[in-house]
Amino acid sequence: MADTADTAEPILELKDVTLKFGETWGLRNVSLDLYPGQTFIIFGAAGSGKTTLLKAVIGLVRVDSGQIKLLGEDVTQMEEHELFGLRSRVGILFQEGGLFDSLLVGENVEYPLVNQQSSAKEGDSQGEEEVECRVRETLRFVELEHTMEKFPSELSGGMRRRVGIARAIVTNPPLVLYDSPTAGLDPITANTIMALIAKQRDVQNTASLLVSHRYQDGEIMADFRYDPEKKELLAIPEEARVSGANGTRFVVMRGGEIVFFGTRHELEASDDGYVKRFVRHEG
Amino acid sequence: MLRFLTTWIGSFQEYILLSGRAFGNIVREPHYYDDVLIQMDIIGFGSIPIVLLTGFFSGAIIALQMARALNTYGASSQVGSIVALTLVRELGPVLTALLVTGRNASGIASELGSMKVTEQIDAMRALGTDPVQKLVTPRLIATAVMLPALTVVADAIGLFGAYLVSVPLLKIISASQYWTTSYQALVMNDLAQGLLKPLIFGMIIALVGCFYGLRTTGGTQGVGRATTHAVVAASIWIFFVTFLIDKIFVNL
Ligand SMILES: Nc1ncnc2c1ncn2[C@@H]1O[C@H](COP(=O)(O)OP(=O)(O)O)[C@@H](O)[C@H]1O
Ligand SMILES: [Mg+2]
Repeated sequence: MADTADTAEPILELKDVTLKFGETWGLRNVSLDLYPGQTFIIFGAAGSGKTTLLKAVIGLVRVDSGQIKLLGEDVTQMEEHELFGLRSRVGILFQEGGLFDSLLVGENVEYPLVNQQSSAKEGDSQGEEEVECRVRETLRFVELEHTMEKFPSELSGGMRRRVGIARAIVTNPPLVLYDSPTAGLDPITANTIMALIAKQRDVQNTASLLVSHRYQDGEIMADFRYDPEKKELLAIPEEARVSGANGTRFVVMRGGEIVFFGTRHELEASDDGYVKRFVRHEG
Repeated sequence: MLRFLTTWIGSFQEYILLSGRAFGNIVREPHYYDDVLIQMDIIGFGSIPIVLLTGFFSGAIIALQMARALNTYGASSQVGSIVALTLVRELGPVLTALLVTGRNASGIASELGSMKVTEQIDAMRALGTDPVQKLVTPRLIATAVMLPALTVVADAIGLFGAYLVSVPLLKIISASQYWTTSYQALVMNDLAQGLLKPLIFGMIIALVGCFYGLRTTGGTQGVGRATTHAVVAASIWIFFVTFLIDKIFVNL
């Protein structure tokens, strides 16, 4: 996987992307290249542009200048209705959940599949049974199969987050955007969720942008790998962690700008006061 | 001041854009018929009790006031026509619209506002559904259809309230006299006005409610603000448009 990085096309390319909300910077000269299967962990203070970055990637917010190439298509040049097809190939978990509270959990998870079908050409659509099957399978993946017939409002915060993840990955998209998947959760639930995200990455080779406030989230993504045989997360051997261009990278944002980009070791070695705030210091 | 004006013009521009898209969607696929029916039920049938109550008392009150005033000129027999004219032309449409504003412009703004702050609107767009098509257009159609119907109900029950005051209570005219004069008082022009107004008011209520709902920011507090703004703005627009329509119809 690691050695394909040089030959493979980036799945997502941002070039000098800038966006202003009135006087405040949403994004400021942001450039990055994300390769298939790769994870970027995004840290930053509240209001530093993390959510804006994720939304800009799929054209939910329009940027003022720069270029965003997603799965080979230029998002900045596309009309809203042209974006629908492209967006259906990307999963997204919203910070505030974004679950439709008028729909059942099962219907929420089914939504992207049904939408993908209606935008696909006639004929190659899956049957209803297949959809139902896939919904069950995905809910089982997040260990919530029993909540199919419940409304999101009947679930706990951690369960809703997991439903959100199920909805984001139900189509097995090559890129998933996770906005603060562990925010506001207790450490145990948070670790469960991170394990699911790492598992999805390793089972499907999913690339992801992951906004987080917990340093451990980054550690889990950078240092652990899902083992399909043992069915659990195993630590990656020390020497293999940073090798390859495809490893997990850390991004630190401030005022819409990327102020740090690099590996975990580089992050820990940084002596920038702002960047240091996002590193957990042992002892 | 200038800053205020530019923000206002900016908002108005956005409002017009949203309206344009909402109307455009009426003839565009996909159609969410289920949502139209659900909204008709909420806006139309849900409002009937309050419209009945308010309509009835407005009619009764106008009759009480008019009976005394008309009596001084010895024109008590005209009570039916006066009530019919005021109700059908002005009060029926405006009162019903204000009630529905209080009930539904606020309801729409808070529902869409909550969806906005919990990122359900973004989720819709991310999952390939146009929120204007799915949320705004059904509410526009439902309100534009239901408000004229509610207004007719309000007019009818108002005339009945005025009848109860003028005939059995005050005994100033006979039942047949009341119904004949009120019926004869209305000409085509009044009926047209009485139906055109609620049609336009309905569109205003739905679009203003959706507009403020969809631009909500700032969490649950923002939802409260959006709701208040929607009710205030829709009410002002209703009076302003009443004035315009009256001006046009007087000149006809
Ligand atoms: N729709 C918007 N309108 C105006 N300002 C916005 C909007 N969305 C975000 N912002 C502003 O842009 C900045 C970045 O916001 P955001 O990306 O949500 O930050 P984060 O997710 O890192 O906390 C903040 O200052 C925020 O207030
Ligand atoms: Mg955010």
